[in-house]
Amino acid sequence: MDLYEHQGKELFAKAGIPVAEGRIAFTVAEARAAAEELGGTVVVKSQVLVGGRGKAGGVKVVKNADEAEAAAQAILGLDIKGHITRRLLIECGVAIAKEYYVSVTFDRSAKMPLLMLTTMGGMDVEDVAANHPDMLARLHVDPALGYRGFHGVQLMAAAGIPLDERKAVGAMLAQLYGVFQSEDAMLVEVNPLVFLEDGTLLAADAKVTIDDNALYRHPDVEAMRDLAAMDPQEQAAREAHLAYVKLDGDVGILGNGAGLVMSTVDVIAQAGGRPANFLDVGGGASAEKITTALEIVLSNDMVTSVLFNIFGGITRCDEVAKGLLSALEKTEIRAPIVVRLDGTNAEEGRALLAEAARPEITVEKTMLEAAATAVRLAKEAS
Amino acid sequence: MAIIATKETRLVVQGITGHEGTFHALRNRDYGTKVVAGVTPGRAGQDVEGIPVYDSVADAVEHEGANTALVIVPPRFAAEAILEAAEAGVAQIICITEGIPAHDMLEVYHYIRPRGIHLLGPNCPGALSPGIANIGIIPAEIFKPGPIGLMSRSGTLTYQIGGELAAKGLGNSTIIGLGGDPVIGTSFIDALDLFQADDDTEYIVMVGEIGGNEEEKAAEVIAERITKPVVAYIAGFEAPPGKTMGHAGAIISGSAGTAAAKQEALEAKGVRVGTNPTETAQIMADLVGKH
Repeated sequence: MDLYEHQGKELFAKAGIPVAEGRIAFTVAEARAAAEELGGTVVVKSQVLVGGRGKAGGVKVVKNADEAEAAAQAILGLDIKGHITRRLLIECGVAIAKEYYVSVTFDRSAKMPLLMLTTMGGMDVEDVAANHPDMLARLHVDPALGYRGFHGVQLMAAAGIPLDERKAVGAMLAQLYGVFQSEDAMLVEVNPLVFLEDGTLLAADAKVTIDDNALYRHPDVEAMRDLAAMDPQEQAAREAHLAYVKLDGDVGILGNGAGLVMSTVDVIAQAGGRPANFLDVGGGASAEKITTALEIVLSNDMVTSVLFNIFGGITRCDEVAKGLLSALEKTEIRAPIVVRLDGTNAEEGRALLAEAARPEITVEKTMLEAAATAVRLAKEAS
Repeated sequence: MAIIATKETRLVVQGITGHEGTFHALRNRDYGTKVVAGVTPGRAGQDVEGIPVYDSVADAVEHEGANTALVIVPPRFAAEAILEAAEAGVAQIICITEGIPAHDMLEVYHYIRPRGIHLLGPNCPGALSPGIANIGIIPAEIFKPGPIGLMSRSGTLTYQIGGELAAKGLGNSTIIGLGGDPVIGTSFIDALDLFQADDDTEYIVMVGEIGGNEEEKAAEVIAERITKPVVAYIAGFEAPPGKTMGHAGAIISGSAGTAAAKQEALEAKGVRVGTNPTETAQIMADLVGKH
């Protein structure tokens, strides 16, 4: 789960990491009130789950409440790489002297947390890594050992942090690692980490991702989820505990197992079609589950044909066929469905579908044939 | 001889009295796997259709000589279940559970690795050596014995490709599901080395997907020390960046972990990569025909 900047900063503040004072605003009036309350120069920042806000005009420094109001007017509703701004963070303006970059990431390749630090703050870290690799200090932390002072010393020396700044930066490193560990984060990134003109150190931004599998022990983080910003299909799928990802095509896809569904999405594209979504129905074959999954796929108006791709293992294909037939009784189907059943009891399953002779169903024997038919039907409908 | 699931396997099922645990323990036993014990704390002295239940894995090892553990317990208890099996002296642990926090798995990984304990999964379907033993939830009916070692990060995709191979008359030495999580105990490289050393395996199929760089690392190892022919398939070419595609580990982070990068890395080392499961099985069938 990706957190907004202001949510990441809430976790930082809880851990004692200094951040600028700020308020959340959902409307222009709230933005104005926040600017008045904070007083003086404030920064109006778009809260979206994507980088590049500054370049897109999503961050404005303003001198008073009137300007804050105008900035809020301009930024609310702003589309930043497909993410619409629905909330703002209004923060006290600060006098920045220096910008650094620091992060703790979950390095799945090394299977260790990875600390990264560079004095080239405010830039895209992938650019720093590609163009100035010598400037980016990297250090793995053995998870059994945890973060120790010497890690910080090594990292700061490698990054060329001036001696007089190391006490403050070292303390910040320990705190950020603490957040990474205690919050089950996959990423904790501060870009930029700033020294103010008066010498204080501040996390001026926060990019935090929490492991979805660990949310059960972080109900406070789970409560931060912005349901309003979620795609309606993704939200419905989430409530039904189904894995769904929206794509931008017209062939709806559902199947059992993440790998098989990913493969089905690829095969649709190879057949010249445009996949509308990824949906993993998972194991089992209850009519309720199939009904919900079909309803979610079909609630996307773009969808003009559906491919239902099942490889029966422990869940037998005849059970899946029964589940599908009873799902068709329960819900209205507005697009043709191509069904491919293979694996355990596939013959029996196909026989059940043939017997029912539902006009909206076309049965195909192989995954590739089914993909070709689903693509053809989608093209015919458009 | 096969790998992981063998004639020597003496299985203890952790979570045997749960619905899934009972179902799969009995299925595995019906297939011929020696299921010697189950563990559910507080249920010692009971049995599941003749399989004795113990309070701890240590007791199952002491009384029944269990050497392999199958973990089918809810995610919040699973990491501890793996550690319990490791502490009890079980050499092989297969974890089916999906949804274990990634930080918990870091701890588990670094505990078991230096001790030489072999973990398969988590979030995997298990291991099946057709005709010999089945550990986990793989539907054995689809597969038949043969010379091809099959390893995959995805369950149903493994069944799909195994099914396509079987339709061409080809069978498997062992099928192993590595698991769909970001931190898993057995990597492609570990599995490649196991298959390379296994007399029953003559060919290898690897099924990868987006996320991480284990396929890229495997490509290096294949070029370096794997002499058996390897054919690969990668899923997720159409996956958008930053989205988790069902498996916790199937996510493109920034520009890292794409299917295209994996295909390129494998092909650069001479590994043939099928564009879909059907073509992958066909490439393998052609290869077996030629040899």
